[in-house]
Amino acid sequence: MGPGTTWYIAVAAILFGIGTIGVILRRSPLIVLLSLEIMLNSSNLALVGFSRHFGTVDGQIFAICVMAVAAAEVVLGLGLIVAFTRRNMPLDVDAAMELRG
Amino acid sequence: MGNVLVWVIWILAALACVGSGIAVISFTNPFYSALALIGNLASLAVLFLLASAEFVAAAQILVYAGAVMVMFLFVIAYLGGRADAPFAGGPQWLQLGAFVSGAAIMIAVIVALITKASGGLSDSADIERSFGSPAEIGRLFLTDHLLAFEITSVVLLIAAIGGVVLATKTEAEDDDS
Repeated sequence: MGPGTTWYIAVAAILFGIGTIGVILRRSPLIVLLSLEIMLNSSNLALVGFSRHFGTVDGQIFAICVMAVAAAEVVLGLGLIVAFTRRNMPLDVDAAMELRG
Repeated sequence: MGNVLVWVIWILAALACVGSGIAVISFTNPFYSALALIGNLASLAVLFLLASAEFVAAAQILVYAGAVMVMFLFVIAYLGGRADAPFAGGPQWLQLGAFVSGAAIMIAVIVALITKASGGLSDSADIERSFGSPAEIGRLFLTDHLLAFEITSVVLLIAAIGGVVLATKTEAEDDDS
């Protein structure tokens, strides 16, 4: 027997907190996206930990769906960042104040 | 003996996970942050393996550390020198608020674990050898979770179309430049 479910959830909570700090604190949209990836992965860790705890594979199914959604989010986020640079805007989340192109 | 080995590997992977997570948000160069995130994802895959989620661990390495991070590194290289941004140029209260909110989430979950769940989460269910195997996951995806599977495929298709639309140069943009 290895570490119990409590340990998995504790590590997931710590990672989620790190991701939250990164999203609020960093101003480069690239690093905001990377911090979002950390938050999504911490939720995956909690899902897999609970899946192991209850002995059902459903949590792992959900984790794979979260992975697909994260991939979609990265595609759109990076597309937006490339569109930023096309318009010669500075790479700063504070600079993107309006949606109108 | 095997028990001790599992604990040692688990704790090393968890420490690597948290350490590379802190590295991701503290590097000023986005390229280093992306490389640290690859380490984070790899050590998370080790944790997944130890929770007998073999297929999720393999998908994590292939999809995330392989495909998604390569795309990230390409975009960071494409943006080049202008990718540097100040670490935290916001006001002082914003930095304080970020740390308070991040710490609040951690403390809330950990206190809940200590006070409420210590009895309920102590013993895990017994599992069979086929738990988390690709065959088991594929069977569930095509029977119980067919709707989630189909919706995920549509979401990925929409994201692919959206990525092409966002990256295409419009006529108006050509006139601007």
